[in-house]
Formats: sequence, C-alpha cells, structure tokens
Amino acid sequence: MSLITFDPARVPTFQVAAKDLLGDTQMRKNVRHATDVIQNKRRIVVDEMPDWQELRESGRQIKQHTLKHLDHYLEQFEANCTKAGGVVHWACDAAEARAIVVDLVRKSGSGEVIKIKSMTTEEIGLNTGLEAAGIKAYETDLAELIIQLGHDLPSHIVVPALHKNRQQIREIFKREMNLPDLGELPADLAEAARTFLREKFLRVKTGVSGANFLIAETGGVCVTESEGNGRMCLTLPETLITIAGIEKVIPRFRDLEVFLQLLPRSATGERMNPYNSIWTGVHPTDGPRAFHIVLMDNARTKILADEESRQTLYCIRCGACQNTCPVYRQTGGHAYGSVYAGPIGAILTPQLQDMHHGQSLPYASSLCGACYEVCPVKINIPEVLIHLRHKVVEQDTQGFGALNPEAMAMKAMAMLFTSERRFRAAQRLGRIAESPLVNKAGWVTWLPGLLGGWTQVRDLHEMPKQTFREWFEQRGANNGH
Amino acid sequence: MAISAEARAEVLRRIRAVTGVAADAVTIDAEWSAIRREYRRAATVDHGAILHLLEDRLRDYDAGVYRTSLAGLRDLIGRILRERGKQTMAVPEGIPGDWLPAGVLFVEDHRGAVDAIDSCEGVLTSATLAIAETGTIVLQDAPGQGRRAVTLLPDYHLCVVDSSTIVQSVPEAMALLQPTAHKATTFFSGPSATADIEMTRIKGVHGPRFVDVILLLSEPG
Repeated sequence: MSLITFDPARVPTFQVAAKDLLGDTQMRKNVRHATDVIQNKRRIVVDEMPDWQELRESGRQIKQHTLKHLDHYLEQFEANCTKAGGVVHWACDAAEARAIVVDLVRKSGSGEVIKIKSMTTEEIGLNTGLEAAGIKAYETDLAELIIQLGHDLPSHIVVPALHKNRQQIREIFKREMNLPDLGELPADLAEAARTFLREKFLRVKTGVSGANFLIAETGGVCVTESEGNGRMCLTLPETLITIAGIEKVIPRFRDLEVFLQLLPRSATGERMNPYNSIWTGVHPTDGPRAFHIVLMDNARTKILADEESRQTLYCIRCGACQNTCPVYRQTGGHAYGSVYAGPIGAILTPQLQDMHHGQSLPYASSLCGACYEVCPVKINIPEVLIHLRHKVVEQDTQGFGALNPEAMAMKAMAMLFTSERRFRAAQRLGRIAESPLVNKAGWVTWLPGLLGGWTQVRDLHEMPKQTFREWFEQRGANNGH
Repeated sequence: MAISAEARAEVLRRIRAVTGVAADAVTIDAEWSAIRREYRRAATVDHGAILHLLEDRLRDYDAGVYRTSLAGLRDLIGRILRERGKQTMAVPEGIPGDWLPAGVLFVEDHRGAVDAIDSCEGVLTSATLAIAETGTIVLQDAPGQGRRAVTLLPDYHLCVVDSSTIVQSVPEAMALLQPTAHKATTFFSGPSATADIEMTRIKGVHGPRFVDVILLLSEPG
C-alpha cells in the first residue's frame, strides 16, 4: 500500500509545481468540471436561505468566542467526555499524536484499522506512522479509497479525488480490486467499493476517525459524512480512536444549529449531508466499548498567538474557498504541496509549518477575495495572505537577505518616495533612461535584466512627457496666477 | 499516558500564554449568550406547509413518502413491504406490535452480534423528529429506534415519522434535541450517497440504499 505523504520540507514551491501541473490538461478538465458542478449546487442552496449572512456572522462569532476561551472549553469537553466514559489524550505535535494512536491501536489488540476520511490524520501522516508500526489502515471514504489504492495524494479538502475522472478511477479499481469486468458508471464504481469494504467493516475491530465538532457542554463529538462509511467506523468496531485539532471544540450543543446549516451547503451544495453522527463517550449497548480522543495542538497555538491570522482557526473545512478560487481551479490541489490546498491551504499550511516551509503559498493568490465571500465563517483570507506575505518578506530580508535585488530595489524605492525632490529627479531620470527603448508607437517592448519579467508577457507604455505636477505648475504659470 | 499528561499541561500553557488568565464560567456564559443570533429560529410557515416541504425534500433525495393515520398504518406498512419485496425486516425493541403486518418476518434486535441485522433485507423504525427544510430525519437511541447499527446495515429503511415531531428548521430541531443531547444521535437525509466521482450524486454506498418514509398523521390523512 502507498506510503506517500506531502513532505513540506521537500515539496517544490507553488510556482514551480503549478507550472508542471498546468500542462496536465486532463487534470485541469477534471478539476474545472468538479468545481463548476459543486459551485453551482452551492449557489442554489445558499441563495434559498434568507438568513445566510446572519448564519455566517453567528458562525464567526461562535468561533471567535471559543478561541478566546479555548482552555476553558477544552477542559470542559475533557471533563464531560471523561464522565461519559471516553478517554481524552493530548498531543503537542504530529509525532506525539501518531505515537498515541499507534499505542492505542496496539492495545486494542488489532493489527488493522478502518478509517473515516479525516484531514487531520492526513495532516499528521497517520497512515505512514501506522504502517511503520505494522498496522494496516483501510481508508473507507470512496475518495480516500481511490487515493489510497491509486498511491496518490488528496487534492481537495472535501472531495480528495476530484482530480480523477471515472475512467481513471475505474482503472485503479480494476487493478487493485482485481475486477477485470468493472463498468465505468459512477454507480458501478460505488458498488465495487461497497463490496470491497463491507467485509472490512464487519471484521476490523478498531476504527479511527477525525471530528467536525467537539461539544464542550456535553463532551459529545459530531461527524458529518455522506456515504455511511463514517457510521460504520463509528458504530461497528470495539475500539474507536478519534483525532481532532484543538480548534474543533464548540461551546454548546445548540451551536450545532449554526454549523449544521453552514457546513453542508458550503461543502457539497446539499441542504444537509446524508449523515451526521453525534455520540458522547461510550454508549453501553450501542457502538464501541472503548472510545479515545486525541486533542492535538500541532502549531494551532502558534496560529492562535498571531492576532492577525488567528481567524485561520475558524475554518470548518468546507472547501468552498477551493472551489471558487481562480488559482486553485487552474492548478488543482497538488501544486500546494499540502493536504490543505486552495486559499485556506495557502494560509494554513505555512502557519502549521511555523513559517519554516510553504513560504511560496501566500503568493498563490490574486487576492481577488472570492474565498472571503464564500467562507461560511467569514475568514478574511486575503487579509491573512497579505499578513503572511509580510512575514515571508521579513524572513527573506534578515541578514544577507537584505542584499537580495528585490530588497535593495524596495529600499531604493522607499528612499525616492519619501522625498519630493528625489522623486521628481527620478521621474526626469526615468524619461531619459527609457528613451532608447521606446518604439515609434510609444511602447517599451523589451527591458533588461530582472525588469524583463514584465515585458516578457506585456508591453509597457512609455512614461508621459509631463507629470501631473509639472502640468499643473505650468498651467498655473500660463494663467498668470 | 505520561506523554499525554505532560502534553496536556503544555498545550494549556501555550493557550493561556495567549488568552491570559482564564475568565470565570459566569463571564464566559454571559459572553456566549451575547453572541449575535439573528438567523431564523422559529417556524415561518404553518404545519401543513411544513409537511409538504418535508415531503418535497425527501422525494428530492429519492426517498418514497407516504401519509397515513394510525388506523391505516399496519396496512400501509404491509403494502410498502410487499411492493418492495421484503420478507425479513429487522425491528428495534419498542416498535408497537400492532404496526406489524402478517406475512413478513420481523426480527427484533436485542443488541447482540450484528450478523442477525446484516442478514435482514430491511429495517423498520420510528424516529425522534424530522426537519422539513433539509429533509432530515433524526434517530436516537430510544424505543422504536434502537442502536445505531440497526438502521445502518440493512439495505432498506422504512421509517415512520410522527407528524407532530416535524419542525421546519435546524434550530427548532436542536432545541427539541437539547434534553437528550447525550444520546447516540444520527441525522439522515435520504439514502446513503456520494459525490466523490465527478461530483455526481450516486445513491447508496454503505448505508441503506433505499429509504421510504411514512408520515403518521393524527387525523385520517
């Protein structure tokens, strides 16, 4: 089985990866089709809600409030979950979370686990960790199964295999499930997955899941899904292990009334996704006999500490920003080199790496603001992108970085722009310097060195013969004022 | 567990380094109550319209929808199961005996091994409530609804919803569920489905692929 994960230290920059991926016309067609369909569905079910903006505002305020009192709500969740028979574990980072899960799986006496789709487990490379410990993990979400059997990587938060079309999926299933006569209708493929997984649901004794919401007030956990594979994993195993980022906690049961309206409409364009499961600790005659939950930090407290990008933690992982993003829609998810792609990935990934990796991602955006418009919890992604660009520039201009051409140019600009005299001199100098490059029509079509980046793809108009200030002063003189 | 105890202290320390001294529960509750909630939280149409809306939404998800009063319930269940060709049906504890028509084998689930449920052709349950706007039915661990596996493994689900428990919107439903919030709870909206292949909604992956809903009316309907 595949052991591929995104290694943030090794993936190429967004710009380099995107250049390659833009050549994959099949992938681009698949991504465009899928994101078009999902956007249209979303628009219809969002437009029919007269109180959508009020729901967004409430969602944002609940998240803001929760983060302000995160310690309180986490402790409350822990106390209530424990009271209901659950066991709460804490992990500072991905390595600790993996170690806890591996240990729990071993103690459950199982050499294999069934998994619900979970971006958090993808984030920490859990499958690789399990496999290294000799534990086999079966992904049970259809898209995750396609990714796992295809030795591939997820490219979307909600629909991880959205870059594959039905023919490509059929080839993977034919090969990996040994089904030479498999049809290519989506229903045939779903049927194949149903049969392939049914036996595993009934046999495997340990389940692993993520979580959409942790309810502090009750100690309950909520998972939303479509296929019923989630219900299988949450209900049939003897032991259930759930991994959740600490930002997933919400104050009260009633707060679900906001998120259960925002999430499905934003994520899949459905009024409600087919299944939501809520459970609280261990239910004696219903479902697993042992329930463990791992509350994981993994750089979330670093994001919390940065006031300007704290809102990144509001994210409920709906993927709407990916579907609407003009950059994501061209490059697909793999260019981002992270399980979190698209606009949310561009702000989340570098922060989860404590700004040590993924510095190219805040630039993977035209700052058009479409992501902010669709975000169900009103994360101002463009604002955070700019804030992170600032951080990247600060990093790049440390020490010898101050000598790089861009930093030098910016310094020179700053010097010119802060003095009227120097600014006027520079304008005059510019007109003289450009004159050999201007053609008869008044355009500059070639610039030397680094500046050539501009004229490679577009012409530059020559500078006006007279600046506004010069014209204004001259006009005053002519009128005799 | 040693790692976890240290990690717990460390994570909470990191959070408090940002949020400062913990506020008291009264202050936090007051702040929570002040969160702006200007979205709809009560019904805006009458009960008849709510029933129609639920019916419409359920059909939109490809579920069959029927209406009857209690007097006609057993016959209707018999007819639907005949038409569906179902001969063995799982039932949770607490389904009234007079709902069950002759000619069908009803296997009551006593929460043992799940194999007995898995081999049934379908399951018959009642429900806690339904949400019209989203076409959602909510099941809890209660008499007539049973443990979660019973409505999960069979390929067909026939669900009887008392019309007095049907609400228009999600907030109304959450308010009704609040007293039993700690129970194992499942929301289902139509049959199991996926859109993972080219964003085409395909009915039925792992949960029941076929769902019929009977709206149980208080007067003859």
